[in-house]
Amino acid sequence: MQRRSFLNALSASAALVLPLGRSAWAATSVDARPTKNKLVVVMLRGAVDGLNVVAPVGDANYARLRPTIGLGLPGADNGAIDLDGYFGLHPALGALMPLWQQKKLAFVHASGSPDPTRSHFDAQDYMESATPGRKNTQDGWMNRMVGQLPGEPGASRALSIGAVMPRILSGPAAAMNLPNGASGVKATVLDRPDVGAAFDQLYAGDSRVARVYADGKTAHREVMSALESREMQAADNGAPLPNGFPDDAARLAQLMRNDPKIQLAFVALGGWDTHASQGGATGQLANRLAPLAQGLAVLAQRLGPLFDDTTIVVMSEFGRTARENGNGGTDHGHGNAMWVLGGGVAGGRVLGEWAGVGDAALNEGRDLPVTTDFRSVLAEIAEKHLRMGDKQLVRLFPALPQKGPGFTVLRV
Amino acid sequence: MKKPSLVLPLLLSAALLHAGPALAVTSATTEQQAAHVLNRLGYGPRPGDIDVVAGMGVRRYIDSQLDPASLALPAALQARLDGLDTVNRPAGAVLGEFVAARKEVRDEAEDAKARRRQVNERISRDTANACLVRALESPRQLEEVMVDFWFNHFNVFSGKGDDRALIASYERDAIRPYAMGNFRDLLGATAKHPAMLYYLDNVQSSAAGIKANGKPAGLNENYARELMELHTLGADAGYSQQDVTELARMLTGWTYDQRRLIQDNETFRFDARRHDKGAKTWLGRAVAPDGQREGEQALDVLAVHPATAQHISYQLAQYFVQDAPPPALVERMARSWQDSHGDIRTVLRTMFYSAEFMAPSAMRAKFKTPYRYVLSAARASATPVANLQPLLAAMNQLGMPLYGCQTPDGYKNTESAWLNPDALSRRIAFASTLASSKGPLAAPPDPGQLETTLGGTVSGRTRDIVASHPAPLRTAMLLGSPDFMQY
Repeated sequence: MQRRSFLNALSASAALVLPLGRSAWAATSVDARPTKNKLVVVMLRGAVDGLNVVAPVGDANYARLRPTIGLGLPGADNGAIDLDGYFGLHPALGALMPLWQQKKLAFVHASGSPDPTRSHFDAQDYMESATPGRKNTQDGWMNRMVGQLPGEPGASRALSIGAVMPRILSGPAAAMNLPNGASGVKATVLDRPDVGAAFDQLYAGDSRVARVYADGKTAHREVMSALESREMQAADNGAPLPNGFPDDAARLAQLMRNDPKIQLAFVALGGWDTHASQGGATGQLANRLAPLAQGLAVLAQRLGPLFDDTTIVVMSEFGRTARENGNGGTDHGHGNAMWVLGGGVAGGRVLGEWAGVGDAALNEGRDLPVTTDFRSVLAEIAEKHLRMGDKQLVRLFPALPQKGPGFTVLRV
Repeated sequence: MKKPSLVLPLLLSAALLHAGPALAVTSATTEQQAAHVLNRLGYGPRPGDIDVVAGMGVRRYIDSQLDPASLALPAALQARLDGLDTVNRPAGAVLGEFVAARKEVRDEAEDAKARRRQVNERISRDTANACLVRALESPRQLEEVMVDFWFNHFNVFSGKGDDRALIASYERDAIRPYAMGNFRDLLGATAKHPAMLYYLDNVQSSAAGIKANGKPAGLNENYARELMELHTLGADAGYSQQDVTELARMLTGWTYDQRRLIQDNETFRFDARRHDKGAKTWLGRAVAPDGQREGEQALDVLAVHPATAQHISYQLAQYFVQDAPPPALVERMARSWQDSHGDIRTVLRTMFYSAEFMAPSAMRAKFKTPYRYVLSAARASATPVANLQPLLAAMNQLGMPLYGCQTPDGYKNTESAWLNPDALSRRIAFASTLASSKGPLAAPPDPGQLETTLGGTVSGRTRDIVASHPAPLRTAMLLGSPDFMQY
């Protein structure tokens, strides 16, 4: 059985007080008690340029590697926003600074998958199956997570927003998906009693398609009832938002507030594969980052008190080259930054083993190494935040290396 | 699922009368086989199609589909295609109009913006309409299916810059002529088409230190990577990052010049000035400096590489046979590929003639993509579709906008990609729209006629449930049934 180092520390006694902080999570982690806590995963498909998200502006090599797309020093024109005197946040992500200041936002830099592939498709597959290097894993890790989550099973415990069910939520456990935009929460022709009854008959039985139909019906009913107080909510929360991610994030927050059964949610955003003309403080990448930050801020705000029970992870399949290419863009790289937000996050810190971006520190002379396995961050969240026991963790992240990171992301 | 007892006697007589050359040993009836080939080699039966194919013999149908030139396009279809401006003009002419409309907008005048919107919409509409009208009405169904297969294989995204104007030419000039020809020709045509050069950035890839249009340029690996990973060898073929970089260097200078494309329809040029003239080592072989020939030789190697034969045979078998294709079949197809030096028609013949393709377990084993679902529903409904916009809108809503796949791997065609709760309810909503007198069809299909058209692909159980409901619901029920989601 694979166990992480911070688990090993308590194997002698569940009541042992750990040096990592208060032991409340440790005492509960060995048995799997139901929790109302929630996890939201935002996946940036296409490999976001983590070195311009959390930029090492304090390293002189950074400006040398990125003469046209690099962010300036904090305070300079088009400069980064200072985080800790060394790292700077992309100025388009300014909407996240209040969370950083409240220490509810942390970054894990030079993190990612140990698999060296620079193929988007393989790397996304590995990040969604959580079995890097193994392509024959049938289910996604969030689907395994729904299956392992202590408490009552149900069709609406896991939700994806997007046109199709993503790999990360595919598998035997029930999950639902809603399309982007407001159309996902409208009444359908199946809400007409005669039509609904007719199709219920056609889709009766136990075939796979029949089960998917039944899941859809349950989930739709729950979503519709969760949105009944929609107008009041809208009045509470101010002006309508632009379409796109902020809009979906607002809707997600509302669903989660009104339907406590929803514990896992997933959203994927595209457009990060910036091989050419990615821009610096402004431009293509900035234009994608701004609505992302706005959406995350809206999600945090509209979850209200629920934000304390929620952890949000933003991840991308790999990072990009440290050196800008000949077209003002960056090519496929390796390590990236994971973003972790939530009431329980020990934030206001850029975590991870970091050796700078000097030539000797770069992986294969071109990109960030992976010094933190993305699964170890997820495993900590699964264990402390979602109260997964050892057995569940092993099923969730099989073959996770024994060595954990030298830090913890969550406060508890 | 049970077969409808009603049709059985008919089937038997058809099978006896029209026993063609024996295919592989199978227990499926001729009618089932006819429905199967209509669903797999095409976009599903139109009224009467199953009888026609059963009558001529399934093997003859396959052979005729493999020889599309032998099938004349109906005059009405040809006339409709002739009326679509964008698809009948050279790439450069369409791009010129597109770029001119874009430039005018720089002064922010409202009428220039409106004109640009009009131009963009017409280009997209013509391109999409040509695709749909062929898929719905062309007797060369396999050609349309293969164009779809290869378009996804060599995917480009219409939303990326110039590509909106270039898609029609890409499909017409780079894909369609080679869809059942030699793979090397197809590979070369896509490699040199401006839509691909632009989409995967090779247009701007240069040797380090070269200035292009006053801007410093450099190596861009994007096309070289996908050329090996997606278009030919597959990600597991054992090549390295170094091989990607070296191939990118070999392909430097493969580009097009937008001005020359617009003025002279010069769709490809090798720019020797941008080419990396150093020696390279690629896939373990030394590559001496040889200009454009370096890239041509790379395509020669990739087109007949055993990994390519395996990779694309798997994809074809997944697309045409089942989501997890039988390894023995893939193996035989890969051997056909090798023996024929990448002759696509030969590989298809190996697949279509195989016992695995015609096995009862392969029949109705696939879950329709949104594209196929919408097309097959429109084909099964007897009336011609005058306005194609509702079909395009349905594809958007179902998550598969035409020419709208952003990533170079193209749309997936497996059940795990498309079967989800929301998809089912949206398909049912689309079926209800098609069945409604206010829908896109001038006259919604009569449920009895629809049942006949679909033959044995609708189970006895579904027929019984449909029959027990009032007539206005029946057409929607058939098109929204679990039976019609599969093919």
